[in-house]
Amino acid sequence: MRRSSALISTICAPALVLGCADDDDAELQVFAAASLHSVLAEIAEIYTEETGTEVQINAAGSSTLVEQLSHGAAADVLATADETTMEQAVESGLTSGDPEVFAANHLVLITPPGNPAEVQGLSDLQDSAVDTVVCTPQVPCGAATARLADSAEVGIQAVSEETSVTDVLGRVRSQEADAGLVYATDALQAVGEVEALELPGAAEDPNYYPVALLEGASSAEAGMEFIDFLLTNEQAQQILQEAGFTEVDR
Amino acid sequence: MRSSWTRPPGWVLLPALLGAAVVLLPVIGMLSRLDWAAIPELLTSESSLAALRLSLWASAAATVLCLLLGVPLALLLAAAAANPNRFRAAGLLRSLVLLPLVLPPVVGGLALLYTFGSQGLLSGALEFFGIRIAYTSVAVVLAMTFVSMPFLVISVETALRGLDRHLLEAATVDGASRTQVLRYMVLPLLSPALISGAVLAFARSLGEFGATLAFAGSMQGVTRTLPLEIYLQRETDPDAAMALSLLLIMVAVLVISLAYSRSRSTWQQ
Repeated sequence: MRRSSALISTICAPALVLGCADDDDAELQVFAAASLHSVLAEIAEIYTEETGTEVQINAAGSSTLVEQLSHGAAADVLATADETTMEQAVESGLTSGDPEVFAANHLVLITPPGNPAEVQGLSDLQDSAVDTVVCTPQVPCGAATARLADSAEVGIQAVSEETSVTDVLGRVRSQEADAGLVYATDALQAVGEVEALELPGAAEDPNYYPVALLEGASSAEAGMEFIDFLLTNEQAQQILQEAGFTEVDR
Repeated sequence: MRSSWTRPPGWVLLPALLGAAVVLLPVIGMLSRLDWAAIPELLTSESSLAALRLSLWASAAATVLCLLLGVPLALLLAAAAANPNRFRAAGLLRSLVLLPLVLPPVVGGLALLYTFGSQGLLSGALEFFGIRIAYTSVAVVLAMTFVSMPFLVISVETALRGLDRHLLEAATVDGASRTQVLRYMVLPLLSPALISGAVLAFARSLGEFGATLAFAGSMQGVTRTLPLEIYLQRETDPDAAMALSLLLIMVAVLVISLAYSRSRSTWQQ
């Protein structure tokens, strides 16, 4: 049963606009950043077990979610991959109550197995002989990349600036690129297919993942309860850390 | 005789208008969202101009490639289809050539990556000759050619089948070589189909997104075409994305109307 609800959420995610969300079982609609999809599905399973409230997750890029919400999509909770996108939601009056940070994620350098271009650190990415792929500065992972490169005073010579972090992972995974910058959580998903290298300063300047109750929530109470669960439940926090997210001091 | 056919029964009006609405309403919806005052500024940003420039020349290059390779392919297909012994082979080849029409463009992009990428099928040969395709504008042109080729092949092959074979055979009997028949009879007769096929190929290239994204990458001035720029702008600035979409529509409408007005005059000659 639990599986089937996760399956429905996966199938419905792209079709949400078409009204696929009208599921009587789902009492809680969670809009979550794509990078949160699998962890939140796992956390939601435990939450449903404990509270009996079914959770439906719609996963997409953070800015796509905010766009969908501002065009009238109905949901109870929003979790984004960075604070800037959440601020947009707050400014558009989509949220009710203040957003709270529940996890952090930082950039790591990934290479194909064996590190064919012998990349040792950020400064090696200045070499145009190394095919480096990064996120474009307009998206959260790209903004983090630009911050990191600036503070290290490194001018990265990228061959491609992808719109999504999964595309960066894909290019390194398929060995079409020698190096890429992705989140620690992404690198963990491709263990064995990519080698990850921690970068000095990256963990100290992470992306924060905020969660907020939405103004149009059909059940504010259930929404708050889920947010609390996400922030304080030990199992929930453990799932996040196993996926590569780091704990946030509150 | 022909006029009775060109005037359809009155009842087609309703579905015809609905058909037009399906295509036009979303465009009108988009136009209604545009911030017209901000458009000049949005369109003349450096990234927009770089994307437009790349889209235009890469689409033109892809169209030329489609013409150079697609016309011979269509000639071959039409000849094989006319020969009862090779009819089946022609059908099979045709369905394979038309594959990009049904393939999701992203899949096409992945297919190109597994062929021309640094780990792809031809990586050894490409490396030997020092040719690099991935992450270059060549990859963009290749992706566009891949998705656009069927449009040209269909147009030209359909027109070829409509040619008067007796006329062409008569020319051969009169001593014209096959190349001469092709050069002085077939190609001129085909010119409306060549133009419409080329326009379709150009328009398809201009709108190409998925294969380029999956295969070529995204880098300003090198691989980030107008559709990729729109997709990127959508992340942060939906108004800019809408303005760029308007630009894409205007370019496409301009090219299509120019080409069709020319091909109509060719018809009338």
